[in-house]
Amino acid sequence: MRWTRKDLLDLQSLTVEEITTVLETARAFKAVGERVIKKVPALRGRTVVNLFIEPSTRTRISFELAAQRLSADIINFTAEASSLKKGETLKDTARNLEALNADFIVIRHSAAGAPHFLARVLEVHVVNAGDGAHEHPTQGLLDIFTMLEKKGRIAGLKVTILGDILYSRVARSNIWGLQKLGAQVTLCGPPTLVPRSFEGLGCRVTADLNAAIESADVINLLRIQHERQRQTMFPGLGEYTSLFGINQARLAATKPDVLIMHPGPINRGVEVDSDVADGPRSVILEQVTNGLAIRMAALYLINGGKSPQELAAETARGAS
Amino acid sequence: MPRVNEPSRVLLDAGSIAQAVQRMAREIAARNPPGSDLVLVGIQTGGEQLARQLAHQLAALWGGAVPVGQLDISMHRDDLDQRLAPKVYPTAIPFDIADKTVVLVDDVLFSGRTTRAALDALNDLGRPRRIQLAVLIDRGHRELPIDADFVGATIETAAADRVDVQWGGDPGAAKVVLEKPAGA
Repeated sequence: MRWTRKDLLDLQSLTVEEITTVLETARAFKAVGERVIKKVPALRGRTVVNLFIEPSTRTRISFELAAQRLSADIINFTAEASSLKKGETLKDTARNLEALNADFIVIRHSAAGAPHFLARVLEVHVVNAGDGAHEHPTQGLLDIFTMLEKKGRIAGLKVTILGDILYSRVARSNIWGLQKLGAQVTLCGPPTLVPRSFEGLGCRVTADLNAAIESADVINLLRIQHERQRQTMFPGLGEYTSLFGINQARLAATKPDVLIMHPGPINRGVEVDSDVADGPRSVILEQVTNGLAIRMAALYLINGGKSPQELAAETARGAS
Repeated sequence: MPRVNEPSRVLLDAGSIAQAVQRMAREIAARNPPGSDLVLVGIQTGGEQLARQLAHQLAALWGGAVPVGQLDISMHRDDLDQRLAPKVYPTAIPFDIADKTVVLVDDVLFSGRTTRAALDALNDLGRPRRIQLAVLIDRGHRELPIDADFVGATIETAAADRVDVQWGGDPGAAKVVLEKPAGA
């Protein structure tokens, strides 16, 4: 199928075919990263702006490298050093960037829906690099890509997402993408962080760790996000670790070929022990490699995409 | 005689294609001495099948297997800002092309832009000793100074025509079809 979207905002609105297209395209871009010359001219002459209103290191660097490997120019714009501190609105900031002839804006923002807002008011291509607790589509796609690469399928796969679901955009993007592709998703963690309302999305919700991991094919661990927790949602990190932390003893009770995943950064000794994070079942660093391929694929695909209005106009011209 | 006002007609049938492929293989063998470091690289997706068939013929002529790879050129196209992103197929060249004679293989040679993109893509993979171009159909209308070394058939076409090489499931089903644009 042909990719027509101008932006990549979330996995909720993507079709199965669109998700599959990104995954297939990423496979080819992963191969580019394994060559001596890791660069292709697909976005030559294009400008990508990383607009990170919320701190991030790995996602920003991953997008930066992805843009460079596609031969685009890239500038980084972070909230600490920006006119947003002086009271400029997000819309004005973004329109100024557009006036510099930027072609892509990669945005991370603490407010859910900020990328969708920019996509509506700007003509440039917009990529959501994480908006509040809403979605982080490239992370969801790279997680699914990694599972597909390791397990050969997504349909029927039992995936357990463990930890801080309530505040996690990674969890939401995983849930949307995995369920569209036919995986069975189980959410597990302290009841305060894993609300029953997620059952409405078709997930199994449990606070029983053993039930959640014993038959799982994949355990995707989420970071406990101290910075997002405005109130104390569980008694303490020590108690969280003793109830939900993945250590060797708990790993012994899982399937021998279970995958351990984590979007990073890891709180070692909190949600996962070092010997598990660095152990043979962990694919945490492969996720980082695959993230680069997914982001190259996303930029490549939306570069050719158009707004619904432009597409409608073209279809009308083609029919006349 | 070809008739005008016909929306589509078969230019080559399976027998003619097989003959053309055999002749191209003989020409490649004549140009390149046996034992020369020759590899075939088919351009995705049209050139892949032809590259395999040429490799099969060359193996028979030379008595040894000839390496075959496939190259995707989507990321090197010069029109990516004017179209929907083309589907990217895998590039699979499981050998080193450095210092080899690379025969680049495509089904149809038209504007020459695909060939230009392929030359750039190959350049990223290594520095071949030389590159030769083999195409089943040369349909004219070049937009770049590019010519083929080995041609199965040269066909006169109008610029708006479509030339479609259909390999089909089995060798007997292959054909080359010329389609006139609707309303022409």
